[in-house]
Amino acid sequence: MATQQEQPSIRLAPSPGARVRRFFDAFIIITRSNPNVLIGVVILTAILLMTVFSPIIVRSDYTQTTTDLRLPPSSEHWFGTDAFGRDVFDRVIAGSRVSLYVGFAVTFISVVLGLVIALFAGYFRLLDHILMRFVDGLLAFPTILLALALIALLGGSVNNVIIALSVTGTASKVRLVRGQVLSLREEQFVEAARAIGAPVWRILFLHIAPNTIGIVLVQATFTLATAILAEASLSFLGAGVPEFIPTWGNIVATGKGYVQVAFWISFFPGVFLTLTVLAVVLIGDALRDYLDPKLRGQFL
Amino acid sequence: MWRYTLVRILSAIPVIAVVGVITFSIIHIAPGDPAAIIGGDEATVEDLERIRQELGTDQPIHVQFVRWVGRLAQGDLGTSIFSRKSITSLMAPRLQPTLSLGIQVIALSTLLGISIGVISAWKAGTIVDRGFMFFAVLGFSAPGFWLAFILIWVFAVNLGWFPALGYRPIGDGLFSHVHSMFLPVAVNSILSSAFISRITRSAMLDVLREDFVRTARAKGLREMAVYMRHAFRPASIPVVTVIGASLASLATGFVVTESIFAIPGLGRMLIEAIIRRDFPIIQAMMMVVATAYVLINLVIDIGYAYLDPRIRY
Repeated sequence: MATQQEQPSIRLAPSPGARVRRFFDAFIIITRSNPNVLIGVVILTAILLMTVFSPIIVRSDYTQTTTDLRLPPSSEHWFGTDAFGRDVFDRVIAGSRVSLYVGFAVTFISVVLGLVIALFAGYFRLLDHILMRFVDGLLAFPTILLALALIALLGGSVNNVIIALSVTGTASKVRLVRGQVLSLREEQFVEAARAIGAPVWRILFLHIAPNTIGIVLVQATFTLATAILAEASLSFLGAGVPEFIPTWGNIVATGKGYVQVAFWISFFPGVFLTLTVLAVVLIGDALRDYLDPKLRGQFL
Repeated sequence: MWRYTLVRILSAIPVIAVVGVITFSIIHIAPGDPAAIIGGDEATVEDLERIRQELGTDQPIHVQFVRWVGRLAQGDLGTSIFSRKSITSLMAPRLQPTLSLGIQVIALSTLLGISIGVISAWKAGTIVDRGFMFFAVLGFSAPGFWLAFILIWVFAVNLGWFPALGYRPIGDGLFSHVHSMFLPVAVNSILSSAFISRITRSAMLDVLREDFVRTARAKGLREMAVYMRHAFRPASIPVVTVIGASLASLATGFVVTESIFAIPGLGRMLIEAIIRRDFPIIQAMMMVVATAYVLINLVIDIGYAYLDPRIRY
């Protein structure tokens, strides 16, 4: 800073236009200070493109069993074939759709629900007391345990996996955002809004919510990474997405008994899974360091 | 200190109560008759009636809840629908493998994670640091079941150093026990040490910026003494909290590795119960694991306040 400006005594919320501009500036600053994020963006873009164009990329009918059992990787079958003679490459590409869909759906649901619940909880004392005890209770269960129990109850399907994982996802967002709301509600701009008679919904959604976006974004990348991994673990255990819908997790499971003779069945879907999560984590890391260097290393 | 301990213990009670309510209500969340869900499609009318009676769902819901809590208070976790044995007697032999796995993983991952974290902080910004931190991110990103698969492929199939299957209890001798557990311990330790090393590194870097570290250096202490005596102690506090919090993520690892490596522990018991929809076992497991989680974090919080007096106020 060249000139020492006097801080205004009241913090005003920035305009929406300024927020968009800041977002683009931020991206440039992030990539400059942390080149890892570029690796993340490149990997994630490639995988997203691959997922979007999967109907064109897939060359065989990956649901059909053939007599080409457990063929090693070749120019014909890039990732080999599995124990039912299905092309592993095609199954991995097709599986990316479900894996990513579950990941993004869980992230979207838990961020939106978590944000709304937390805004109200942080603002109304009584609601806060009741809700937070409930959230504490929910978060005492390991994600996988609660998800397994819910799936045993609801049955294994793509939507039920999303529901099961969104429960803990939402609870953890509520806890995080509520803390932010508690401190933001004491800020002067909230007091000012209240003083000019702004209704509660306006204070919550236009004054408080935009100020929690930073921490929510960082947490969302974390949720995306863990949701993709959790879906894979559930499907691997046979308690998630049923086997006839390929996802990275249950493709790895189909190779479980063939470690000695056909390692490629399990190896390749795992590589895609790891790369995707790695990309999301790298982006999340860079985002966090940019938004608040003090938080370095806190979530992951 | 006593006041803080008391307040902290009291605050754990409502959490455990909520855990109980959630666990109890889980079979009532789904629409329809819980007995029909547990029985599945092939269940006969008599089967359903039996399950209903065993679950007590023929009673009004508040009666069911009071009875359930009453039995829990006496240490009775219920009866398995499938084997009709008491769940505590089914859990008892499953405890040793899981506890042994847990102790080995926590010991190894703490040791590994803290060493890597301290070395990375010491060499911050160098190629060593970057390399370690890259592997830490990679370790965080790799799914446990896939890592298990890779380790089995390398160490069991190709090198033949460690068995992929065949759990040996401690009774068979400590060496063969540890040997048979090596791969599952390695998988979980790699995953959680990735996490611990990142936290250790950032905590160390924070402390190394403090004035007292500069003072320690200025008075001519050797780097080793600065790191071990002055910087590591305050840095270890956030690390301990994280180890406590990571116990929940260890649960995922245990469920997955116990099922891959055929270890007869609690994680596998859970999966078997899920497949048979043996809800009393699932509920018992939820209750035990969540309560243990709350209690462990309670102990860590109190220990934390004991080490750092500022937290008590």
